[in-house]
Amino acid sequence: MTLSASARWALRAVMAAGLVFIYVPLLLVLVNSFNGDRTFAWPPRDLTTRWWSAAWENEGARQALLTSVQAGLAATAIALVLGTMIAFAVQRFEFFGRDTVSLLVVLPIALPGIVTGIALDSAWRSVMGDLGIGKGLFSVVVGHATFCVVTVYNNVLARLRRTGVNLEEASADLGASGFQTFRYVTFPLIRSALLAGGLLAFALSFDEIIVTTFTAGPGVTTLPIWIFNNLFRPNQAPIVNVVAAVLIVLSVVPVWLAQRIAGPSSGVLRGSTDA
Amino acid sequence: MTSLGSYLHRHPRLRLAGLLSAPLLWLVVAYLGALAVLLVSAFWTVNGFTGEVVREFSLANFRTILTEEVYRNVSLRSLGVAVSVTVICAVIAIPMAFYMAKVSKYKNALVIAILTPLWASYLVKAYAWRILLANGGPMDSIFGGPGYGIGATILVLSYLWLPYMILPIYAGLERLPDSLLEASADLGARAGRTFRSVVLPVLIPSVLAGSIFTFSLSLGDYITVQIVGGKTQLIGNVVYANIGAANNLPFAAAIACVPVLIMVIYLVAVRRSGALEEL
Repeated sequence: MTLSASARWALRAVMAAGLVFIYVPLLLVLVNSFNGDRTFAWPPRDLTTRWWSAAWENEGARQALLTSVQAGLAATAIALVLGTMIAFAVQRFEFFGRDTVSLLVVLPIALPGIVTGIALDSAWRSVMGDLGIGKGLFSVVVGHATFCVVTVYNNVLARLRRTGVNLEEASADLGASGFQTFRYVTFPLIRSALLAGGLLAFALSFDEIIVTTFTAGPGVTTLPIWIFNNLFRPNQAPIVNVVAAVLIVLSVVPVWLAQRIAGPSSGVLRGSTDA
Repeated sequence: MTSLGSYLHRHPRLRLAGLLSAPLLWLVVAYLGALAVLLVSAFWTVNGFTGEVVREFSLANFRTILTEEVYRNVSLRSLGVAVSVTVICAVIAIPMAFYMAKVSKYKNALVIAILTPLWASYLVKAYAWRILLANGGPMDSIFGGPGYGIGATILVLSYLWLPYMILPIYAGLERLPDSLLEASADLGARAGRTFRSVVLPVLIPSVLAGSIFTFSLSLGDYITVQIVGGKTQLIGNVVYANIGAANNLPFAAAIACVPVLIMVIYLVAVRRSGALEEL
């Protein structure tokens, strides 16, 4: 479609305005973490790094970070195993109810988080509670893994669709056992899809607050919960500012990694463009 | 090991069962089971005197939701917020995605620029807006408003979910070959006609795919409302209040059925357009 010069300029202006809209709030948090004034008067008058050292010393924030990493790693590990298994089943087999299975995988992310949260909460109370298993880090991992499966599933499924079965059949024809074929042919083929899916799963878990609120046992505080608990306490604001700034800076890491692993479009919204 | 491998090779159904058993056990037991318990408990009640859950079938919760004006208003307000957020996101995202996919020379850089903030924490972004919208804060001193409230909630939710709308639209437009646009122009179509007949059929399923995210994420949100919404109450807040302070899990479950029902209707409605494949 040949666009007139003015149409091009209009689109360019919308794009620029959109990027400003997206980035200004994030920059504000970064600048504010150096704001020396306790009331965060705007514009900041004196800049300081003392909040950064104060945040580093903060025991609550550190503990919360540790909990978040633990929950994220455990949920990602489960999601990697389950997501890959479903992807293989759906892509390599024909069976009754195949569409239902793929819908089931998407459901935890398609339904509002609060529904998943309270469903797991009420089930835990009425089923696991009776078995004597209280809520704790484990229930958080169960909740996170449930909605993380889809990211691995979509990435691996897209990869399996693209690679086909020729290489695996060749491997079997050349006398490799099922295990050898998986180890030397299939796994290397899906490795980068696993990384992209796992990365996305970890990020989803690391950032999750709604399901976490409902599934966390007493004393289990992930980083988002810690931020939320301290958000409305004025004297904690400087530390919250620093933690927020750190999370913004860290968000560059997974994007950079995904770029390195599989090119620009990998992992975009659960790898849908990978297909 | 080898004999097991060849046995499995000769029995594909067994391999399939092996692949599916663990994940389905997890998703059906942990997730569908939980949803089923939720649905069932929506029909229970709480003894107002002892505060204990009465496990007997009753439609009392649903009657309350339908008849009491408070809950009707909260449901309609949440629906209104979700629709507004979806429309705002679509209006901003369509020209941006079109520029990224069809005009710009720096496609990849722009995709990264849109993608990166998606990884920044949800709470951090809501918090940034709390600072921006504060009384005497940047927005207040430049525009004199809007302050905390339902307008701020819609603004911040649109901000949060905008990338979820841009990316599917971009992916859809990216797949539309430029040669089709040129062919349309060569056949004498003006920009408007090309947009209607060539771009729009690709655009609609992508926008609907994006809207599933913006709609569902907005419907269930209660955190952003607490951070920038002032006194605004949405469905999520009512659910949260009934689980926490009021300790009425059955009623919370009943009112949580409202967003589920809305989402199911929505998913069924958009399914025919092929939007689900665009997710």
